[in-house]
Amino acid sequence: MTFPTTTDAMAAERLFQKAGLEGRLIPVPGFIRAGCGLAWSAPAGMGQKLCEAAREHGTAYEECQEALL
Amino acid sequence: MIYLDHAATTVLKPRCVAEAVAEAMTSLGNSGRGAHGASLGASRLVYETRALLSDFFGADGPEQVAFTANATMALNMAAEGLVEPGDHVITTGMEHNSVLRPLYRKERQGAELTILPADKRGCISLKDLEQAIRPETKAFFCTHASNVTGNVNDLARAGEICRRHGILFVADVSQTGGILPVDMKAMNVDVLCFTGHKGLLGPQGTGGICLRRGIRLRPLLVGGSGIRSYEKEHPDQMPEALEAGTLNVHGIAGLHAAVSCIRQQGREKLFRRELSLMQMFYERVSRLPGVIIYGDFGEEAAVRAPIVSLNLGQEDSAWTAGELSARFGIETRAGAHCAPLMHRALGTEKQGAVRFSFSHMNTEAEVEAAADAVEVLSREAAL
Repeated sequence: MTFPTTTDAMAAERLFQKAGLEGRLIPVPGFIRAGCGLAWSAPAGMGQKLCEAAREHGTAYEECQEALL
Repeated sequence: MIYLDHAATTVLKPRCVAEAVAEAMTSLGNSGRGAHGASLGASRLVYETRALLSDFFGADGPEQVAFTANATMALNMAAEGLVEPGDHVITTGMEHNSVLRPLYRKERQGAELTILPADKRGCISLKDLEQAIRPETKAFFCTHASNVTGNVNDLARAGEICRRHGILFVADVSQTGGILPVDMKAMNVDVLCFTGHKGLLGPQGTGGICLRRGIRLRPLLVGGSGIRSYEKEHPDQMPEALEAGTLNVHGIAGLHAAVSCIRQQGREKLFRRELSLMQMFYERVSRLPGVIIYGDFGEEAAVRAPIVSLNLGQEDSAWTAGELSARFGIETRAGAHCAPLMHRALGTEKQGAVRFSFSHMNTEAEVEAAADAVEVLSREAAL
C-alpha cells in the first residue's frame, strides 16, 4: 500500500498496528510510483483488509498493489 | 536566580523535556527522509506529537498540525498565506509584533488593516469587531492573551462572530497554550498559531500552525518535503505543504515530552497554581504606595495569563528591572515587550513596564521574595 505523504504512512502504521494487521513500512519498490517513499508491506491476500481499514478510518492511501518482493 | 520571565520563555521545565531532547539527538534520524530505523523513529515521533497537539488543541487531526520554528513563523505563514492585496483584515491593539508586523507588511502590499483599539486597561471590545467587519473582510487575527497585561480575549465569542460573518479566524495562543483551555472546534478557530517554549514547556525553536480542514494556506517556504520529489511544485497536502526542509525533530521530541507531562499532571491544576502565585504577588504589590499595575484585575478578568506588569511611579522600567536583577537576583522583563500598541494604550510608551510572569514551578518563597524586593524599591523610589 502506498501513501500520498509521510504523515499518511505514519497514520496507516498506527492504524494497522492497533488493528492487529500484519505488515511493516518499507521503502517503495522501484517499480511502483508513489508520492511518499514509504509503503506498507503485508503478506499476500491482505490488500482488501488494509484498504477497508484505511477507508473506514479516513486514512489516505494512494493504491494497493500485489507484487512478489 | 528567581526566574519570573516565563511569558518570554519558560526556563523551569520538567526534567523529562531535556532528557527527551538528548535522547532524540543521539537516536533519531531525519523525519520523512527514509525507511530505515532512525528515520522511521523520527517520523513516528513527529506523527505522535502531531496527534498529541491535535488532541490538546481540538484540531481536525494530526495531519492538520504543521511544525514551525516558533509562533512568529506560524503567524507570518498565516498572514502571507491568506491575505491578498485588496483584502480587509482586522486585528487588535493587544497584539505582539509577531502579528502586527506581518499585517503591516500586507498593508503595504495593498491590504487594508483595521486595528480594534485597546482601552486604558489594555482590553478590547468584541462589539468593535462586529462593527469593523465589511464585505471584503478576509480574516480576524487575535491574540488569546496579552503578553503585557495577561488579559484574555474571549476566543469562543470572537470565533462565533467570525463564523457568523464568514471570515477566517486566526488565533495566536503564544501566551496561553498549555495554560488556558484552547479548543479550535469549540472556539471556531480556523488557524491556530502556537509556540512550544512558553506555557507548553517545550524547547525553543518549536511551534506550529493548526489549520481547520479545508483551509488552504499558500506556503511561505518551499523545498524538500520527502514526498513527490520529481515534481516542480511543492506538495499541497497537509502537513507537508507547510513544512519545507528538515524538521526540528530533537525539539519536537522535547515538546512531545512536555505536552505529555502537562496532560499527565493536568493543565487546569498547573494553571490554578500559576494563578494562585500570581494572585499572591498581586495582592502584595498592589497595596504598595507608588506602584502602578497595568491591566484588568477585576472579577471579570479572573481567568487570565499569570502576568503582573507594573511600574514604580515614573521610574524607568529598565532601571527597575536592572535593580531587581542586580540586587535581588529576580529576573523580569522590562521595556516594550514587542507590543507597541498595548503600551500606547496603557500610556507606557516611554517608560515601558516591568513584567513579572509566573510558572507553576515557582515557589511561594520566590514570589514573596519578589514582592519584598518591589516593596524595598518602591520605598526607595518614594524618597
